[in-house]
Amino acid sequence: MISTIWPLHLRVRSGARLRPAIASAPPRVQDRGNKNGAGARGQMIEMQDAAYGYGAEPLLSDLSLQLPPGSFHFLTGPSGAGKTTFLKLCYAELLPTGGNITLFGHTATGLSRDGIADIRQKIGVVHQDCKFLDHLSVSENIALPLPVTGKGGMAQESNLNELVGWVGLTARAEALPPELSGGERQRAALARAIIMDPDLILADEPTGNVDWDMSLRLLNLLIELNKLGKTVVIATHDLALIRAAKQRVQARVLRIQGGQITAAGADL
Amino acid sequence: MAFLAVFAMALSMAAGRLADRWSDALAQSSTIRISAPPAEMEAQTWAVLTVLEQTPGVESARALSDEDQQALLAPWFGPDLPLDDLPVPQLIEITETADGYDADGLRQRLAAEAPGAVLDDHDRWRRPLAEAAGRLRVLGWLALVLILGATGAMVTLAAQSALSANEQVIRVLRLVGARDSYIARAFVRRFTIRALTGAALGVIVGLLAVAILPSARDTAAILTGLSFSGAGWFWPLIIPPLAGATAFAATRIAAFRTLRSLQ
Repeated sequence: MISTIWPLHLRVRSGARLRPAIASAPPRVQDRGNKNGAGARGQMIEMQDAAYGYGAEPLLSDLSLQLPPGSFHFLTGPSGAGKTTFLKLCYAELLPTGGNITLFGHTATGLSRDGIADIRQKIGVVHQDCKFLDHLSVSENIALPLPVTGKGGMAQESNLNELVGWVGLTARAEALPPELSGGERQRAALARAIIMDPDLILADEPTGNVDWDMSLRLLNLLIELNKLGKTVVIATHDLALIRAAKQRVQARVLRIQGGQITAAGADL
Repeated sequence: MAFLAVFAMALSMAAGRLADRWSDALAQSSTIRISAPPAEMEAQTWAVLTVLEQTPGVESARALSDEDQQALLAPWFGPDLPLDDLPVPQLIEITETADGYDADGLRQRLAAEAPGAVLDDHDRWRRPLAEAAGRLRVLGWLALVLILGATGAMVTLAAQSALSANEQVIRVLRLVGARDSYIARAFVRRFTIRALTGAALGVIVGLLAVAILPSARDTAAILTGLSFSGAGWFWPLIIPPLAGATAFAATRIAAFRTLRSLQ
């Protein structure tokens, strides 16, 4: 019953239909340098002996690291090691069961629900399963954060068109998510993640369901965003992708294994 | 619910009007009963009438004739009752002015002038009627409150159902940075508008139904007097805003309670 409200509402706020766009220019994301959005100590995310467990046994423990603004991180490790859990801790979907996590200068466990929402507006997340609303078109899904944060309007709609073009989905803008291929879904998810011009981009296995060429295309988009000043964290077990990235960007590789996080060796 | 609320309001007002009418009618009249030996009856009757004539607040006083008293007793004893053979007390009917008279003072004067006279100002009848009128009004308004409460409960259940059905949407919205107030607003707006619209339709139909009920002019029964009078026809117009406010509060509480359970 109520499910029909929100699509209608979104159409009102973000425009009924996108005008045809063949733009291939990058989106108008601002280059805000390495200072914007960082906490008092200059870190976007800081973990001090943080731990998390779904039951009595901790899945992650003794996590101590800092994500400075403008940095590029790969997070690797075997399946089930806790990469997704780590990312969820970074956008406060999960709160640490031990230690401390500071998000943009705010202690995660001390955030109110509105505080968490505000933090998430600074973070773009590309989920492994994309988490689209299947009754909304691709463009509406990408524009979803705009009305949510009260930033809809003609200027944002124009920006949306450019963004859709930048990720190469102009021809698929009116398609529904189930009609998209794996690569198209990941690009749409990336577009949704960056439409709010976030300071931090978290990508959970963004190349998990796509071929190598599409993986490189997605990687290029993320590298381009990093060059615009965005902090990027990519969780992946694709070592070839990491090697390809390291040829083009100064990336730090973190490995999660046995519940601990360590810097990866020179083999990467 | 709005339809029922209109009827509850009409019933409350009709009952109040009827009780007021009874109360007012009795409040304007009282009776003096004279029980005396036959030889003193006429003298005491004249004495009472004289006292009443001099009593402020008494508009008129009339000693009931034998025919009047016979008519009063006829329902119990039949039309052929020989009044002359029975020690029937003399009744005097008093009509009061709007300000009324001092009942205690009158009783004292009657005791001095006509020892067999007993004043019945109908207070012991009027008081329960006045109380009944007040309770009927309260019951009518209580029915309205219960109807609003039931409306709130129904809206809460519907809102919780809608929230559960849209849990996936809510989770995605939370992930992209939506505050609870934004999410709740979508539900609150929808349910409030629906409640307002539904209540307005219910009130219109309810008023039409009340309007076509039989008029109270033919009989004085409470059911045939179920209607509004004068400005009372405007009272049902408060039902849609009340229903809207109830839906607003119920949905908002339900939405925030549900949202708090989702991270």
